[in-house]
Amino acid sequence: MAAPLLEMRNISKRFPGVLALDRVSFDLHAGEVHALVGENGAGKSTLMNVLGGVYPFGTYDGDILVGDKVQRFNGVHASEDAGIAVVHQELSLIPEFSIAENIYLGREPVRFGVIQTENLFSHAQRVLDELQLKLEPHIPVGYLGIGQQHLVEIAKALARNARILVLDEPTAALTDTEAEVLFRILRRLRESGNGIVYISHKLGEVLDLSDRITVLRDGHTVSTDPTSALDTHHLIARMVGREVTDIFPTTPHKPENIVFEARGVTVEDPNVAGKLLVDHVSFTVRRGEVLGIAGLVGAGRSDLMMAIFGAHPGKTAGEYFVAGSHIAIHKPADAIGAGIGFVTEDRKRFGLLLDQPIVTNLTLAALKRLSGPLVTHVDAETAAGERSMKELRIKAPSVFTVVNTLSGGNQQKVVLAKWLLTNPKVLFLDEPTRGIDVGAKQEIYQQITRLASEGMAIVLVSSELPEVLGLSDRVIVLHEGHLTGEFRRDEATAEKVMAAATGQAA
Amino acid sequence: MTTVEDATHDLGETRLGKLRISTSALRAYTMVIALIVIWIFFQFKTRSDLYPYGLFLHPVNLANLLKQMSVTGVLAVGMLMVIVARQIDLSVGSILGLVGGIAAMTQGWGLLPSLGSAIVIGILVGAFQGSLVAYLNIPSFIVTLGGLLTWRGVILYLSKGETIPVRLPVFRLLGVALLTPASGIVLAAIAIVAVIWVNIQRDRTRRRYGLPVSSRPMLLARIIFPSALIALFIYLMNLQGGVPLPVIILLAVAIAGNFLTQNTTFGRYLYAIGSNPDAARLSGVNSKRHILIAFAILGGLVGIASLLHTGRVGSASPDAGTLMELDAIAACVIGGTSLMGGRGKVSGALLGALVMASLDNGMSLLSVENATQYIIKGAVLVAAVGFDMAGRRKS
Repeated sequence: MAAPLLEMRNISKRFPGVLALDRVSFDLHAGEVHALVGENGAGKSTLMNVLGGVYPFGTYDGDILVGDKVQRFNGVHASEDAGIAVVHQELSLIPEFSIAENIYLGREPVRFGVIQTENLFSHAQRVLDELQLKLEPHIPVGYLGIGQQHLVEIAKALARNARILVLDEPTAALTDTEAEVLFRILRRLRESGNGIVYISHKLGEVLDLSDRITVLRDGHTVSTDPTSALDTHHLIARMVGREVTDIFPTTPHKPENIVFEARGVTVEDPNVAGKLLVDHVSFTVRRGEVLGIAGLVGAGRSDLMMAIFGAHPGKTAGEYFVAGSHIAIHKPADAIGAGIGFVTEDRKRFGLLLDQPIVTNLTLAALKRLSGPLVTHVDAETAAGERSMKELRIKAPSVFTVVNTLSGGNQQKVVLAKWLLTNPKVLFLDEPTRGIDVGAKQEIYQQITRLASEGMAIVLVSSELPEVLGLSDRVIVLHEGHLTGEFRRDEATAEKVMAAATGQAA
Repeated sequence: MTTVEDATHDLGETRLGKLRISTSALRAYTMVIALIVIWIFFQFKTRSDLYPYGLFLHPVNLANLLKQMSVTGVLAVGMLMVIVARQIDLSVGSILGLVGGIAAMTQGWGLLPSLGSAIVIGILVGAFQGSLVAYLNIPSFIVTLGGLLTWRGVILYLSKGETIPVRLPVFRLLGVALLTPASGIVLAAIAIVAVIWVNIQRDRTRRRYGLPVSSRPMLLARIIFPSALIALFIYLMNLQGGVPLPVIILLAVAIAGNFLTQNTTFGRYLYAIGSNPDAARLSGVNSKRHILIAFAILGGLVGIASLLHTGRVGSASPDAGTLMELDAIAACVIGGTSLMGGRGKVSGALLGALVMASLDNGMSLLSVENATQYIIKGAVLVAAVGFDMAGRRKS
């Protein structure tokens, strides 16, 4: 076999108080997709940040070899110059700039300091053609959907002649169709001799796409094997260090009276007048019931939740009833007052005060109840915060730990705990397990089951079908803003739900 | 956003040998040390035959320094609340000129209408600007930049460009009076009793909620150290005739500001709005109303500051307060307030104001040229934030 494209030897990386990587070795051959999996905090991102020059030479131990030469990256640029492109989960595109300008950002073709616009667009067109992306290079990136933006990000990486492409959770925000486009592109890149490092929590696509899989756990390499020798069970067991037989708790709930009802919820797109994001959707949830809302990205699930909660920027209509009585919701405070809690998607953007302590986050939505209307009581808050941390098993040194130092799973538990402190009658959960590791997911599942069995009504929105099917007593399906299906637990199958979600239901 | 996943350690702490100190506390200590260094430097440089140990820390000069600081300090407390909510107010200098002038012009109506008008109009102007920011979504930078020009124009128009002397004795005293030494001692006694009461009360509530309480020696230290500082402060001020009234007013404003930001739901919501406006809104926080109130409070404090300033100077000139917004912002920033919102404390802002006032006062004592003074103050501001950023990157 030829020498590998990339070799990382015995990489160790220490942060104050923690050994994030402990002599991890990793290699990548030309024409290969090598997947990197592990729970959050296992060290995947750290390893790729070492490779990408985010942690420069000298801040880690071990060697990076690209084509037999030891590399000493002093920054991201040095790594890019060596042919390495890292596509992070968070996009680094400028919405107001065109696709072409984004692709060549920082490397614009210039003559005497003047950008050669013609050149820029023709180069960009060529890159897009190579990827078989049907996009106009002069369109501002902000007009594209999130999935297409990801593809532009990849085009940007390739335009820098990267031979080594690192993708960190590329499909987290993509629809299945968009993901398919991405996979097609990756397969073609592999055939043309590029090496791809693929980081993902979605084990199905990892098994589908990759040639080899390396599992990291707690900063150590657990194993590197050909994909053909592995299946989901092996991987999960290696990631968590134990066999996971059934990650969904199976306690059946006993739904009782209707707690919450929404009638004729309609949401207009704030950017496109007349376009309806949600069109007359009605549903009910009972005490002790988990209602799943399935649908593809863009089906209007989050818009529906935001609208009911009084937080949607567009025009909304609809009638809401909590425990039988009609309530008017104009702003989130109204919804909270009526006993609705809302664990929003995108915890960093909508859910957390990242630079504030855990306790401040926990008590924010229930501050007046916990503290009185005007004066706060630090000790009462601390005590309540500590109870919450214990109850949800949030792992942190203390309630005063700043939230952005926590792992994704613990951050998500903080958001959940925040809403539980408001004592909601009905709890909306929008993508409650996105981007968190298997262990933390399982804990969230257990909490959902526990809360339902204690009598809370739960509305669960998730893009992961197994999650919706595994947890819900009843599933409703949205497709392009319309309600296209409703299934009881015993009749909800992946096939039926997918058919409704793609608008093919009978 | 690269290290979030990996940084499982507590970034809020720094290790110094076996000591674990929270980073914000470490920062506060750094600022205190910087202040002490500045003081020692000026003390050393101001030695003379008359003052063999230096003039800078002489009680008379200390009192002067604190009087100079009181106006900036009051402004900084209000500015802090606005900055914590991720807003800015560039118009406070002009508003100070406006309401100070109005107070001087209305002296004929009596003491209370004169003083009251400064504070009430300050609140109204602040609330007006705040409502433009909060309800019309005009960026505060723009609203208050407009205010900086507009309010200056209004006072030039009202006063016809003339300087108005302060005639009411009590108005004048607001800026210059000294407390009698006896009342200074009574005040110190009250303050010390309050320190003891607060500390004992704190432990009592902590016990009630089942939280660990500090050990006996810790508790004693927390009582004795501030009490000694209070006693020393009053002793030094009494040596030169008594505590200046504007300093007492600043302390009262600071204590109220600290309570408002640290111990009320209003204060908590300001930090939440500044830290993440979306998350705050989705958690049921009425961001618009709180932003408006923050601007109104700042306006009221500008009114108080204008009275101290006008009283001290003895007259209201239409260009009073020029550039004072920058001193207030600088004080906040030097004291660790983030212009990105969500971070900063009243104690820090006061420390920042003290640093600025010390530089002003010390350089004046040394007869440093005006030009040099500006350059040094500017450099100190940028350097303070530079050190802060460098320190945060390391951790």
